[in-house]
Amino acid sequence: MTDTTQHTPPGGRPRSSADAIKRPVLSGPHLARRYRTERIFKGLGLGAIMVAALILFILVGSIVSKGYSAFWQSYVHIDITFEREDFTDETGTITEESLARADYFTLIRGTLDELFPEAASDRQLRRKLYGIISPNADLALRHQVEADPEAYIGKTVPVWIKLSDDIDSVVKGYIDRNQPEDRRRVGNVELSWYDSFHKEGQIESFFNVDLFTHGDSREPEEAGILGALVGSILTLAVTLALSFPVGVMAAVYLEEFAPKNRWTDLIEVNINNLAAVPSIVFGLLGLAMFLNFFGLPRSAPLVGGMVLALITLPTIIIAARSALKAVPPSIREAALGIGASPLQTVTHHVLPLAMPGIMTGTIIGMAQALGETAPLLMIGMVAFIVDIPQGFTDPATVLPVQVYIWADSPERAFTERTSAAIMVLLGVLMLMNALAVILRKRFERRW
Amino acid sequence: MQTLILIFVVLGLATIGYMSGRGRAILVSGGAPKTLHSLPSYYGTYSAFWIAIPALLVLTIWLFIEPKLIQAWVMGGLPDSLTGDLAADRLGLLLNDIRNLASGNIVSRDVDPALQAAADRLITLQAAGFWLMVALVVLVGIGGFLLARSRITPDLRARNSVERTVNIILIISSLIAILTTVGIVFSLIFESFRFFVQVPFYEFLFGLNWSPQTALRADQVGSSGAFGAVPLFMGTLLITLIAMAVAAPIGLMSAVYMAEYADPRFRAIAKPLLEVLAGIPTVVYGFFAALTVAPFFRNTGEAIGLDVASESALAAGVVMGIMIIPFVSSLSDDVINAVPQSLRDGSYGLGATKSETIRSVVVPAALPGIVGALLLATSRAIGETMIVVMAAGLAANLTLNPLEAVTTVTVQIVTLLVGDQEFDSAKTLSAFALGLVLFIVTLALNVIALSVVRKYREKYD
Repeated sequence: MTDTTQHTPPGGRPRSSADAIKRPVLSGPHLARRYRTERIFKGLGLGAIMVAALILFILVGSIVSKGYSAFWQSYVHIDITFEREDFTDETGTITEESLARADYFTLIRGTLDELFPEAASDRQLRRKLYGIISPNADLALRHQVEADPEAYIGKTVPVWIKLSDDIDSVVKGYIDRNQPEDRRRVGNVELSWYDSFHKEGQIESFFNVDLFTHGDSREPEEAGILGALVGSILTLAVTLALSFPVGVMAAVYLEEFAPKNRWTDLIEVNINNLAAVPSIVFGLLGLAMFLNFFGLPRSAPLVGGMVLALITLPTIIIAARSALKAVPPSIREAALGIGASPLQTVTHHVLPLAMPGIMTGTIIGMAQALGETAPLLMIGMVAFIVDIPQGFTDPATVLPVQVYIWADSPERAFTERTSAAIMVLLGVLMLMNALAVILRKRFERRW
Repeated sequence: MQTLILIFVVLGLATIGYMSGRGRAILVSGGAPKTLHSLPSYYGTYSAFWIAIPALLVLTIWLFIEPKLIQAWVMGGLPDSLTGDLAADRLGLLLNDIRNLASGNIVSRDVDPALQAAADRLITLQAAGFWLMVALVVLVGIGGFLLARSRITPDLRARNSVERTVNIILIISSLIAILTTVGIVFSLIFESFRFFVQVPFYEFLFGLNWSPQTALRADQVGSSGAFGAVPLFMGTLLITLIAMAVAAPIGLMSAVYMAEYADPRFRAIAKPLLEVLAGIPTVVYGFFAALTVAPFFRNTGEAIGLDVASESALAAGVVMGIMIIPFVSSLSDDVINAVPQSLRDGSYGLGATKSETIRSVVVPAALPGIVGALLLATSRAIGETMIVVMAAGLAANLTLNPLEAVTTVTVQIVTLLVGDQEFDSAKTLSAFALGLVLFIVTLALNVIALSVVRKYREKYD
């Protein structure tokens, strides 16, 4: 306010530019037009925000609507007869070994053959019949029997058998029966078998626990995100262990100790620019430096964590510096005044006061690292890995890369699992951001 | 994992060293800590540093050198019949087989006694090496501990040495950012240089044909491979333009509304909502683009009689535009808020309406900052990878038609480098040349944008 009044000569408009100013026409219709423009402009602004909100809504909505069904998996309830001699060893006793060696595969298939004798004669029909249940159903059955042999052996017990992904899609209503058979993933025969199960009420859906307890698999109904989740945790652990201490120390140096000279200017500019370098370039660095030059293992959370640490370092340094800057100088002066050394001032007073801000920045940096995909593709974390990684040098993948791998798979069932994995990923990100907000709200101090 | 345990052992030793150093200091002071130069805890830290720093340094150096030494020993022990006069890459294969044999994996050649002997040698050397490393690290730690202990006297200026060491550690931490940049520049330039030895520089920058398939044998079709990157640059430009055409108007208008019209309650809801868009991982946008937006455009195009490719530049560009809306809006919001209120009041005083004020006073005043924001968003769009990898095409297609499939620099980097690579073919190396171009372009955009924004800030501060 004061700025402008200083420049304007008192009591009139500046004479030199008087000719350039057009006198507004203040007549009625003209004014109405100006007000209409005003309303349109305001409407455009509001409209832009609404469009952005709508897009967000569509994005989340499309993912939830595609993915919610992946949290359920259909099973068929069939009676299986467990003949005692199938589970005994040569001496006729049931041991752990004989239980493990029993042929659960044939058991399930035999039961199916009995249920649909019309398929038994034709080899192709039989293959189709066996295709309606999950190829790994025998493993699940074996675990059930091993857990409690007495309840099964020598009896006829109703058992839940996991259905294959195609039949699961039928249950979930993703298969359009009106389409001609050759354009459908599920043929008429399979549909008739499904219908006969369905009529008897033998098909039911349960919460898909396997999605959270299995690693990746070529069979959609067996695939889970546990491997990727563990990989993400291991990778983030490395990232946090490297970028948090280094980031905080760099911020402390630059904010509290560094002399103001060309070198520290260079470091500052450098950090700002690093924050804007595309993440894929960091992936190239990881490939050329960590894998080829230092010979570190491919696909390992260790290398992934190192690359992500370099990516999040600028975020953490910038956040930590602004948190340190927010601590008022009076605190430092008080500490120095009673004889603390500069380092004591920082470690005993400034750093603890800045910690909530630093933590908030770190959590946001970690959330960014959790969503990062492209640089990890460069260092080979995109391999198909069934096993759950056990350590920092085991081959692993991470959640967003798992999303990328599944999104590439043609099966309809993988699409819904991709969406489910995205929902889990977004859920974790939301939790992390909520934690950051809570930290900020709870501990932030205004001086 | 074992190395991790060793690190924890060293840190445990350092903790013991801290307590013992502290106790020692009180002891040498004769029960009167007042006579010490520094507080007792500094003597503790002093010993802890003497244990941890040399031991961890030795560990790092060892981990770096050991594999190379073992490799040299194993290869040196092989009979000439195996190594003969093999070229370097053949030797690498041989070494790989020995490693696989040692770890019990499948080997690609017949296992003869010499190979088995080499594998056994590798196993013994690795085991011996590990225990030697443990012994060495622990010995260095204990040595440091004893040295520190012998040095602790009431006159030792422990605080000063501890603070000097901490200062050095802090400086090293802040240099890591510089080292990262240097690492990026060097690795990109080094590999690109190897590429430009095989493919001339001008052909890469100005060639119109991109098909990086290099054949295994010289007489195969397409054995040469074409590395003209212009189609990639055009594709990147096209998708970036579409993205900015979406992001610039929506982002700017929402920033204007947020800064000038919205009341605080609306702002408190709308601002985080927009920022959620920035927090969504790019792979999610890619999935959205490939499975929702692209089919939607394709079907709409079919309905009105247009032929839209299923991997059209339009779908990728629009979704990328959505992703960068929050960058444009939050940066522009900041610069619009930084315009002094006095300018607005002057305009209102002359009788201008709010929108007239915004259009002819606020936005022109904030223009440098807005341009900076748009440049930053552009650089973000150019470097964005996952959306285009999942939703844009793979084949290089020199076109400006947004309905066709185009490919981008980042897509090619990913397709060239995912999977197995051989590190001497032009195909693999070309990815680094593309990376170098990407790095230079985004860096230039950032430097310009940041300097524009900074200059603008100084004007009003």
